[in-house]
Amino acid sequence: MDTFVQQLINGLTIGAIYALIALGYTMVYGILRLINFAHGDIYMVGAFVGYFLAFQLGFATGPSLVGLTVVLIGSMIAAALVGMAIERFAYRPIRKYARMTTLITAIGVSLLIENLFVARLGAAPRAFPQLLREQSYTLFGNAAISKSQILIFAVSIALMILLQWVIFKTKVGTAMRAVSFNLNSAKLMGINTDFIISFTFALGSALAAAGGVLTAQYNPQIDPLMGIITGLKAFVAAVLGGIGNVPGAVLGGLLIGIAETFVVGYGQNVGVPTTFRDAVAFAILILVLLFRPTGLLGSTVQEKV
Amino acid sequence: MKRTLLSLGLIASLLFVFACERKGGPGAGGNSGPIVIGYYGDLTGRTSNFGQSTKNGVEMAADEINKAGGINGRQVTILSEDDEGRPEKAATVVTKLIDQDRVVALLGEVASGNTLAAAPKAQAAKVPMISPSSTNPAVTQVGDYISRVCFIDPFQGAVMAKFAANTLKAKKAAIMLDFNSPYSRGLTEFFEASFTKLGGQIVNKQSYTQGDRDYKGQLTAIRSTNPDVIYVPGYYGEVGVIAKQAKQLDIKAPLLGGDGWDSTQLWDLGGDALNGDYISNHYSVDDPSPAIQKFVAAYKARNGNVPDALAALGYDAMMVLADSIKRAGTTEGPQLKDAIAATRNFIGVTGTISLDAERNAVKPAVVLKLQDKKYIYVETIYPEGMTAPAASPAAPVTSSTDSPNAPAAAPAKADTAPAVKAVSPAVGTKKPTPSPQ
Repeated sequence: MDTFVQQLINGLTIGAIYALIALGYTMVYGILRLINFAHGDIYMVGAFVGYFLAFQLGFATGPSLVGLTVVLIGSMIAAALVGMAIERFAYRPIRKYARMTTLITAIGVSLLIENLFVARLGAAPRAFPQLLREQSYTLFGNAAISKSQILIFAVSIALMILLQWVIFKTKVGTAMRAVSFNLNSAKLMGINTDFIISFTFALGSALAAAGGVLTAQYNPQIDPLMGIITGLKAFVAAVLGGIGNVPGAVLGGLLIGIAETFVVGYGQNVGVPTTFRDAVAFAILILVLLFRPTGLLGSTVQEKV
Repeated sequence: MKRTLLSLGLIASLLFVFACERKGGPGAGGNSGPIVIGYYGDLTGRTSNFGQSTKNGVEMAADEINKAGGINGRQVTILSEDDEGRPEKAATVVTKLIDQDRVVALLGEVASGNTLAAAPKAQAAKVPMISPSSTNPAVTQVGDYISRVCFIDPFQGAVMAKFAANTLKAKKAAIMLDFNSPYSRGLTEFFEASFTKLGGQIVNKQSYTQGDRDYKGQLTAIRSTNPDVIYVPGYYGEVGVIAKQAKQLDIKAPLLGGDGWDSTQLWDLGGDALNGDYISNHYSVDDPSPAIQKFVAAYKARNGNVPDALAALGYDAMMVLADSIKRAGTTEGPQLKDAIAATRNFIGVTGTISLDAERNAVKPAVVLKLQDKKYIYVETIYPEGMTAPAASPAAPVTSSTDSPNAPAAAPAKADTAPAVKAVSPAVGTKKPTPSPQ
């Protein structure tokens, strides 16, 4: 039982990170019908910005809550700017062309970011400085939860509530929803769609960067290719929950995280090797696409003529 | 038509250039001119600390050789290639070093998987290759041109099993291995065999793959079986994180590892979570013997940091190669490989190196305890039948002035197990030798 609770906590931790990244995929898809494959790399950029901020501002020497806050917010802002720049220079000029064009551009942007980082910084993993004094707490008998895990839960829940508030209670959120219904009508109603799209990219990128810095506190190893697999799994999470659906992305992220951890933790007992952890996300994706193409919480969208 | 002719002309001229290159490569000149030696390693990839350290050691040895007048009057040139830690790239760069640069011998790699990919190329081209630190037994089984200056995994695995069972008095061990690494699988196999032979029990075995980001699933499964020790025969990049996450899960059992842990980055990743863990290694920087201290001081002056075991092995590999070229009197592959295989009682930094019939070095291993970013010497374990020659400057001596177990330097006689402890078994529970640093 202890072990089960422990595995659940482990799964929810990585699931929360997947959820943060999946939100960016799902929001951009909701508005532009574009799978932004460069999004996983924004998560990596966030972690690296945090890494350099920590060293430049002198927070790398020891744990400090101020340092953590500054690094977290700083990397979120930087990633938001990167996300906006990608949208402005890579996606906007080709927005009027077929959707396939933007999709392939997105893959190109992803490769560009990865290889720029490899070329500038090398592929060797770096150790992210510890900004949080690590400590474990015991709950339910023997299940341990560490400070970095509590941080992941607290920050991601706070950010998700904030996002919900932005989308449903603010003017810009209303405009986002309007754009996601119909871009052209929204434009006719006087909404500055370019700004809204830019804003959506900024929002999604900031969430991914938060995920990057939070993961780096939990697992201090960062490298320029860390966004590939994590980004793909977050994408699967977004599809699983129903792409375009915000609560669905969170649900999908948590489910993928738990599924993966359970494969590792219990797979051996039933003959599934732990190396199947990455495969399970994609197996789930295939099953979802077969039986419920719109995802768990997604609704059937009527194609407009 | 014109275009076809033009491209044919281009191809012909290209072929001509390559033909010239093959003939006139830098290493081609028989028995005069500089001796060109190829080094390949991971200089930018996931295990780049390994490749860089080894390269530093190799280059330092080459500089010392050149300053002392070279080998048989010829200077040594090292050509380095980066394999990014990928086996397929290792095979490619070694082919380049052989075909294009015409190197007379090769030094590398650290990770057994990469050496195994490159070794067949060297064997086929009859270019001798010395691996400084690949410990998987299969490496030298590729062929008679491949040798190494380190001990092999059956010994290293047995050392840790012996240490766990005898010194730490562990009864139950769990294993966490890197599923795709021949190094990790080899060590796991030999640790398991020795540990069960010594009366221990393997209670759980989990695996991960290089580049995984989360290990808590495996560690939680291990925790539920309450092992006394956890053997993690992996590389520093993953191990640092595993140690950290193990502590987050409140796992109290010490982690045990091998030479793959030895890297400065291990501490950046694992930090205090590594305190109290143990590794087997090739040498200890704390060893007071003058040969080692001279090497450590020279390396520090040159590179600004303390040499890890890989730097020391890189240095030894280059020195053994130089010694073999001297004895062979030529750089021709067939004679040189025989000279390398005939290396006996070569005094290196990492111990006295004698190659056995399989071209593996027979050397003792040291067990080090990890504490506050330092590797603290605990004990030396000798291979079967080998005793520590008192005069050998490289055999780690326990009688440093502040050692709590000073009189225990005399090696014990070998028993049937592949490894025999040479120092008193009282070490483990007591405070280990304080580091002189």
